[in-house]
Amino acid sequence: MAADVALALPADESVRILAQPTPLAAFWATFRENRGAVFGLTVVGAVILVALAAGVIAPHSPIEQFRDAVRAPPVWNPGGTWRFPLGTDGDGHDMLSRLMFGARVSLFIGVAVMSVSFVIGVALGLVCAFAGSIVDVVITRLMDLIMAVPSLVLAILVVAVLGPSLANTIVAVTIVYLPRYVRLVRASALGELTRDYVTAAKVAGVGPIRLMLSTVLPNCLAPLIVQAALGVSDAILEAAGLGFLGLGAQPPTPEWGSMLADSREFIRSDPWIVAFPGLAILITVVAINLTGDGLRDALDPKMRRS
Amino acid sequence: MLIYFLRRVALTIPTFVALMFLTFVAIRLVPGDPVEVRVGEHGMSPERLAFFRHELGLDQSVWKQFLDYAWKLVHGDFGVSLATQQKVLTEFLTLFPATLELSFFAMLFAICIGVPAGAIAAVKRGGFFDQALMTISLFGYSMPIFWWGLLLIMFFGVTLGWTPVSGRIDLIKYYFDQPTGFMVIDAALSDQPGAVVDALRHLILPSIVLGTVPLGVIARMTRSSMLEVLSEDYVRTARAKGLSPLRVIGLHALRNALLPVVTVIGLSISGLMAGAVLTETIFSWPGVGKWLIESIGRRDYPALQGGVLLVSAAVITVNLIVDLLYGAINPRIRHGR
Repeated sequence: MAADVALALPADESVRILAQPTPLAAFWATFRENRGAVFGLTVVGAVILVALAAGVIAPHSPIEQFRDAVRAPPVWNPGGTWRFPLGTDGDGHDMLSRLMFGARVSLFIGVAVMSVSFVIGVALGLVCAFAGSIVDVVITRLMDLIMAVPSLVLAILVVAVLGPSLANTIVAVTIVYLPRYVRLVRASALGELTRDYVTAAKVAGVGPIRLMLSTVLPNCLAPLIVQAALGVSDAILEAAGLGFLGLGAQPPTPEWGSMLADSREFIRSDPWIVAFPGLAILITVVAINLTGDGLRDALDPKMRRS
Repeated sequence: MLIYFLRRVALTIPTFVALMFLTFVAIRLVPGDPVEVRVGEHGMSPERLAFFRHELGLDQSVWKQFLDYAWKLVHGDFGVSLATQQKVLTEFLTLFPATLELSFFAMLFAICIGVPAGAIAAVKRGGFFDQALMTISLFGYSMPIFWWGLLLIMFFGVTLGWTPVSGRIDLIKYYFDQPTGFMVIDAALSDQPGAVVDALRHLILPSIVLGTVPLGVIARMTRSSMLEVLSEDYVRTARAKGLSPLRVIGLHALRNALLPVVTVIGLSISGLMAGAVLTETIFSWPGVGKWLIESIGRRDYPALQGGVLLVSAAVITVNLIVDLLYGAINPRIRHGR
């Protein structure tokens, strides 16, 4: 039937009708309907731009101390000047510049944690699903243990052992979030393994590695991508929490959480030092979560919230 | 039923063993001489070093050391804090009620607001209230709670002066024994006028801060679970037989919608402990979270080791209890496995 229609129409027209939209186009069509998600994505894009261009657009160096302008108010407050649009902190650092470079640090932490836990999580999850028996039990138990220890407490233990630094923050937060990926991959891979197409592939003589990576994995990807997107925002929050406790990036690194750690004494006198870094974290995390929700609705109809 | 209980309890034993192993390995990975790390002294003489090495059993094989460690833990010996020279278990037990009390009120806040708000949002789906609530809940679970705490202190504590911003009670006005460790109960037992109110006032801001993330999660979960239930046949039947909307929603729908919400509440206990670390630090709340952070600052590794172990063990135990309660409430879980 389709062939008849195709014959009756000009060639390019038949291609247009018969061709399915590409997965990407289909995804975008659904994603675009969600206003919140598009807004979130726009904000995420803006934060990424600021982070990339921080070296160019920031008015000052993030670690330069202006001794003559310690705790200068933002421009709209009495006494504020355009020299420091968002004021300066207790050490005379320009707030705006620190926030811009802070976007770099926070996004880097978020993406690094997500990528590392994604790769290791996929590997361990697939191994669990394919190897089964004792390997599965050992890895699953280990992940259960990590899940049982409260996230920040585990991160504190890791940092206490390794010492506080930006790199160790990434290690600690990665360990904390690894189980989510492992469990997700393991569960969806086990689900896929019972399907007919996997049996068919096995019968056709597909080797185990290829079966894992190119037959089963692509079918587990949708929930994994959603988890990865939401994992970035969780990692940013967790790392900021560590920074706030003085266990994350060390001064003078412009990390949003550690900027707040130093700000407590200024609650009464200079509230902007407290307000801005937290606002930056909140906006970024909300935007990523909005995007993640949109991804879920578009990629994973089963998970779609009403 | 009994078999389910026993199996579930038995399943946690490997987790406890693994937890012992984790904390055992962690302290060995701390850079520096293992004896100095444990004794908290630097530049010890070789004789003293050898003495403590033998005293701490560090001259034994690793497996012997682990078995010794596990043996001590099973007998309630969690080591001695370097900073206070007190038993870690004693310190933990003194501080843990404060954390429990805070967590309880935080959860109370989250449930009392989250469940009704989520239910109303589901009933008025798509309306203004629904959209506003979903936005608020998004901000709730995206909130860096340490910043949120500072903002609330700034506004309600400092600018308006409505609530106290640190500690559990006004120690200048009130002084009494603490037999239970739960300030509100102890204040009530003390018969000092105004003590209970003062303890509750100290709880307001920390509970809101710690309860914010669970509130966002619970409100969302109640809403989506409620939406599902509202389209069920038995709700339509209840409506058709002329029950008042309040009865249909409150009695027939909400009760069934709450099961997944209870699951979420159980799952958020671990997150609550993590949040308690931050909340206690901000509000100078003398609980186990603040104690862990202070132990790091003092390089008090034995306290840290024992503290992490005890906090995690507490969370695992609470999760186990929640699981067992489920089994008791919901037969499907009991027989499903």
